[in-house]
Amino acid sequence: MFENLTGRLTGTVKKLRGQARLTEENIQDSLREVRMALLEADVALPVVRGFVDNVKDKALGKEVLQSLSPGQSFIKVVHDELIHLMGDANEELTLAAQPPVVILVAGLQGSGKTTSVAKLSRWLSEQRKKSVAVTSCDVYRPAAIDQLKTLAGQVGAEFIPSESSENPVDIARRAVDHVRKQFRDVLLIDTAGRMHVDEDMMREISALYDAVQPTETLFVVDSMSGQDAAVSAQAFNDALPLTGVVLTKTDGDARGGAALSVREITGKPIKFLGTGEKVSALEPFYPERIASRILGMGDVVSLVEKVEQEVDQAQAQKLARKIKKGKGFDMVDLKQQLEQMMNMGGLTSLIDKIPGTAGMVPQNAKAMADEQMLPRMIAIISSMTPHERRFPDIIKNTRKRRIAAGSGTQVQDVNRLLKQHMQMKKMMKKVSRKGGLQRMMQSMQGKVPPPH
Amino acid sequence: MPETGVFSRLRQGLQKTRNALTGGIPAAAWRGNSEDLLVELEDRLLLADVGIDTTTRIIDDLKSRLRKKRNADPRGADALLQESLAEIMAACNKPLLTRGAKPFTMLVVGINGAGKTTTIGKIAHRLIGQDQTVMLAAGDTFRAAAVEQLQSWGEKIKAPVVAQKSGADSAAVVFDAYQSAKARDIDVLIADTAGRLHTQQNLMDELLKIKRAMQKFDPEAPHEILLVIEAGTGQNALKQALGFHEALNLTGLCVTKLDGTAKGGTVIAIADRLEIPIRYIGVGEGIDDLRVFDAYRYAEALLHG
Repeated sequence: MFENLTGRLTGTVKKLRGQARLTEENIQDSLREVRMALLEADVALPVVRGFVDNVKDKALGKEVLQSLSPGQSFIKVVHDELIHLMGDANEELTLAAQPPVVILVAGLQGSGKTTSVAKLSRWLSEQRKKSVAVTSCDVYRPAAIDQLKTLAGQVGAEFIPSESSENPVDIARRAVDHVRKQFRDVLLIDTAGRMHVDEDMMREISALYDAVQPTETLFVVDSMSGQDAAVSAQAFNDALPLTGVVLTKTDGDARGGAALSVREITGKPIKFLGTGEKVSALEPFYPERIASRILGMGDVVSLVEKVEQEVDQAQAQKLARKIKKGKGFDMVDLKQQLEQMMNMGGLTSLIDKIPGTAGMVPQNAKAMADEQMLPRMIAIISSMTPHERRFPDIIKNTRKRRIAAGSGTQVQDVNRLLKQHMQMKKMMKKVSRKGGLQRMMQSMQGKVPPPH
Repeated sequence: MPETGVFSRLRQGLQKTRNALTGGIPAAAWRGNSEDLLVELEDRLLLADVGIDTTTRIIDDLKSRLRKKRNADPRGADALLQESLAEIMAACNKPLLTRGAKPFTMLVVGINGAGKTTTIGKIAHRLIGQDQTVMLAAGDTFRAAAVEQLQSWGEKIKAPVVAQKSGADSAAVVFDAYQSAKARDIDVLIADTAGRLHTQQNLMDELLKIKRAMQKFDPEAPHEILLVIEAGTGQNALKQALGFHEALNLTGLCVTKLDGTAKGGTVIAIADRLEIPIRYIGVGEGIDDLRVFDAYRYAEALLHG
């Protein structure tokens, strides 16, 4: 229904084709698309502005990487900047404090605080082996206390009862005393949902904070929030020293741009994602995943990154030199190529990631790219003598039989490999230097024989 | 209810002063026809969650209005913008009438945490104030203590609540409630449902089952299928409306939580795409904080506060 950033950028990055570097003029349209995509994902406008400026600064004058097209280079800048903005790594809850570790949970109405408290207490007891108690200071919403009580029963946390006639601060104090006596490791305090403009309620949560001095103060935010997420996050951050954010309802089709706004405005890390209604549906937050989701371009980026990480630049250059000098592409080179493809997750995953082929490659073509084939080909080459690898033309019947036996394959397999090698050797001559590897992989896909 | 009171509450609710959409733009700027003003307005519409597509349309519309404006027309760009916004939402100006059938049945749906149960309490309270008898059906059998929450509303507004225990089949609860409402000669039956994302097909199917259960008695039922949307929702609000509408054929919308700083501009985006009547807006946590939607006032409150 919506165009993702990759879709949006395709048109504009075409203009970048053939450009040696990214300049103010040639990336202008692409920058506008980035802005639109971020706005569509509900990233707050001030954050979008800052982000686009940063991307521009980083992208300008950037040398285009050997293995990437200029468009991909630009996307990579966007992606890197996005991850950087989201916080470069996952940050965990601080549990190293003297027990009981008190965790205060705050947020707007309906953001998912009570459910998050239940999920967190389950996570803490199962993943961190902590004994957990929970209490509710929501004396306003009808049946809010009952809700937590029921959920606590489901997740096996101790529920410290409270009454809607009580003062929230008294409830919290009493709960802290209680867990201290019971030697619980963690106390999670649920609070009433409140609007950040409601001054009385904001004073109440500050008072709660002062009374219990929590180790962690988590702000719960709905991933479907719009532009206002930035405003409310700011207000909560001003009223309370937040230590982290829980992003909820991420199982829907919202882009979750609110995550970016909240992170940028408060400077506090997002620690968890709520991914469903079940009490088990909680995941630690990894910036990269949500970054890709906001842009809707996971696969292109992972290809870009994998190509960059996995391809040994030196080896690639050596190969390029060799081909230039007109020397043959021998079995040693083929083996290196195959191993690099293995490192990148095998053929099927590579085919999936090549830009423009997603969804276009028929299923049977994917099936043809047998996952076992790469290791088998490598095994065959490994069974050759160094001399045979250098001069594969000398491999005749007896050698073939020996190689097949040594690699646990059939003579037909050896023949097929030799034929493929011949074809690749021809192809190598055609390969241009820029983007060469990718194109080679694409051609490879057509050359791969069906498994028997 | 005195209209002036409602009006001021609506304004209060839509944004507690500070940041009206046009706040801080000097009066003189509205007179001119400058590109800067249009750029500024575009930003502000985006900040109000109106979304790119609708914002672009509004700005284009404003441009053409400014071009067509006669010299004699004393109105500034702000009045033209308000007119443009109100026109987009005008099709949604249809208040809910509950007198047509007996019992008039209403199914309230929405995503988790949108404010369904609270809205039901407020609507029921309002109808009771108009001398109608109301019964509530606790169709949210999934969320912990949702039944209790509705029951406590029932006590507060003195409306009977039909409920079964948590985990029961919500279609069965609604079926029971219908029989009970019929027997007791109730005017309006409002059924609560569990919050669900529009992307969860099995849960959307469950709503269809509830709908079918109601239709066993009255093929016209439910007479109203009301989607509750939170004002703070961003671009996903449109997807929610489209998703629920496709599954259920919505007959009304209610926008909640307009008492914060969220401007609920997403309403305009929805009105631009779907002509679903917007029945009510929720402007606070109090039992009386529910207003009948009025496109013109909504546009005015959005722009000027």
